[in-house]
Amino acid sequence: MLSYIMRRILAAIPVMCVVAIFVFLLLRITPGDPAAIIAGDMATPEQLERIRASLGLNQPIHVQFINWVGQLLSGNLGTSLISQTPVTTLIYQRLEPTLSLALVAITLSILIAVPMGVMAAWRHGGWIDNLVMTASVLGFSVPVFVIGYILIQIFAINLGILPVQGFRSIFAGVGPFAERIILPALTLSTIYIALIARMTRASMLDVLGEDYVRTARAKGLAERLVLFRHALRNAAIPILTVIGTGFALMISGVVVTESVFNLPGLGRLTVDAILARDYPVIQGLILLTSFIYVAVNLLIDLSYAFLDPRIRY
Amino acid sequence: MAIHLKDETEQIARWRIPQLRLRRSLIVPLAAGLCLVSMVIMAIFAPFLAPHDPLAMLPAERLKPASDIFPLGTDAYGRDLLSRIIYGARVSLIVGIGATLISVAIGLPLGLLAGFFRILDAILMRIMDGIMAIPSVLLAIAIVTLSGVSIWTVMIAITIPEVPRLVRLVRSVVLSAREEPYVEAAISVGSSMPKIMWRHLMPNTLAPLIVQGTYICANAILTEAILSFLGAGLGTETPSWGNVIAEGRVYFQINPGLIFWPGLFLSLCILSVNLIGDKARDMLDPRLAKRSRL
Repeated sequence: MLSYIMRRILAAIPVMCVVAIFVFLLLRITPGDPAAIIAGDMATPEQLERIRASLGLNQPIHVQFINWVGQLLSGNLGTSLISQTPVTTLIYQRLEPTLSLALVAITLSILIAVPMGVMAAWRHGGWIDNLVMTASVLGFSVPVFVIGYILIQIFAINLGILPVQGFRSIFAGVGPFAERIILPALTLSTIYIALIARMTRASMLDVLGEDYVRTARAKGLAERLVLFRHALRNAAIPILTVIGTGFALMISGVVVTESVFNLPGLGRLTVDAILARDYPVIQGLILLTSFIYVAVNLLIDLSYAFLDPRIRY
Repeated sequence: MAIHLKDETEQIARWRIPQLRLRRSLIVPLAAGLCLVSMVIMAIFAPFLAPHDPLAMLPAERLKPASDIFPLGTDAYGRDLLSRIIYGARVSLIVGIGATLISVAIGLPLGLLAGFFRILDAILMRIMDGIMAIPSVLLAIAIVTLSGVSIWTVMIAITIPEVPRLVRLVRSVVLSAREEPYVEAAISVGSSMPKIMWRHLMPNTLAPLIVQGTYICANAILTEAILSFLGAGLGTETPSWGNVIAEGRVYFQINPGLIFWPGLFLSLCILSVNLIGDKARDMLDPRLAKRSRL
């Protein structure tokens, strides 16, 4: 067991190294002068020089690389060009809305998508199946921000039962938090629901033909138990995998959703950084989100061993 | 004679049923294809179809509702919304098709090489794993921020995150195809590497490439809209569905059409490409279609 965990962790390290090298090279191999593009057309030579210095571009490339890796390992993601604040501080300040949004959205997606997929597989070819599959194509095709504005139009403007935009911390009361987080969370969930429901359905279809499902039915178990205890458990691994790989969709979705609903989270930080061409902030966010993505998928990999005793170290 | 006739009609009826079924399964992809063709026509003939100049600002006509002169109303600068949407199709379609072609042009040779040469495979796949771990929209934003905004940088920025999946796909096809007897035969008669790859391995990748290509196209159109929406895409002097929506956000409560109309065109376009991709997959890979239809 321990050696399985160690091997998985070791396998994640090269991926992180490639991410770091790729992000390092991105700034250096971009054709043209990134400093000039970041500074804009009106920049003075002094401003250009200052941007080059703060990006670390005025040293030989191997020195740059060593400094960069050293700073990364000590948890330093650089300094914002605009506010001169460490990027880690900026991220920390904006973490709460994003974490709340992501956690609520993931929970919602799983709670909605898994039963949808199970029902679709159970009534394969029937109207539930068609409905679920149509909903899932739509979920893939309608962009996050369009869904967001449709939900705002229906629930906040036409029905007037939810606030249009904004964020309240959960520590300031569950009620105000919930009524402001529910629309953004639903918006962010749609594509994730589409993805998980599709995979649940496909995986369940594979499993429902197995002998043990027939046995469970033959001994008179309630259909609910057959589906959720016998079949779903065996169908769980592909579903978990897609939850992990779909996490990347969620990260892009967060940026867009926060911008639609005006949430003061990491997404807003990204948009502000785009408008100000604050490259160190964008770079820091890339490194952080890639790290989270790798970590989430590592955890999911490890959970296989607990879920399925057939997978052995 | 009468009996004979009845037999014949029965025969006709029996013969027709499967044909009807075939037609029904084609309705959705045909509708999608029609939708897409009309968008392409709209993009190509935009100057003739658009009722107004998409850039002409008429301060007196700001935020007007739909009328005979402005079929979908006007935006905050008094520009005609319908004309901007018609011109916006150009950006989406160019980026969608361009990103697909570029990613195939990069991904296909890399995948062929990775599938064929073991050592290269190990290195290349680690690099691809790393790029796949970077959230695609953020990576695209970084590339656009560093190299400035133009239709080319936007296209490249959208392409790079798509390449790893394509390389993986081509590689997996090559890995199974290279065990086939005809490849072994080609090796044993001394065919050159490029010839084996091009003549024997590449054709195997065509069907999965067509399917994957449609998904890349749909995703590229979506990502372009997201970039424009976030302010990392083309400026509003080049109307695109994404930046029309972005501009409409502030006035959303005054005129929701500023978001819904471009949103509808964008969604329909992506939906059509996705539906055609699903149909292509069903037709090209019946084995997979049975398992996970749609």
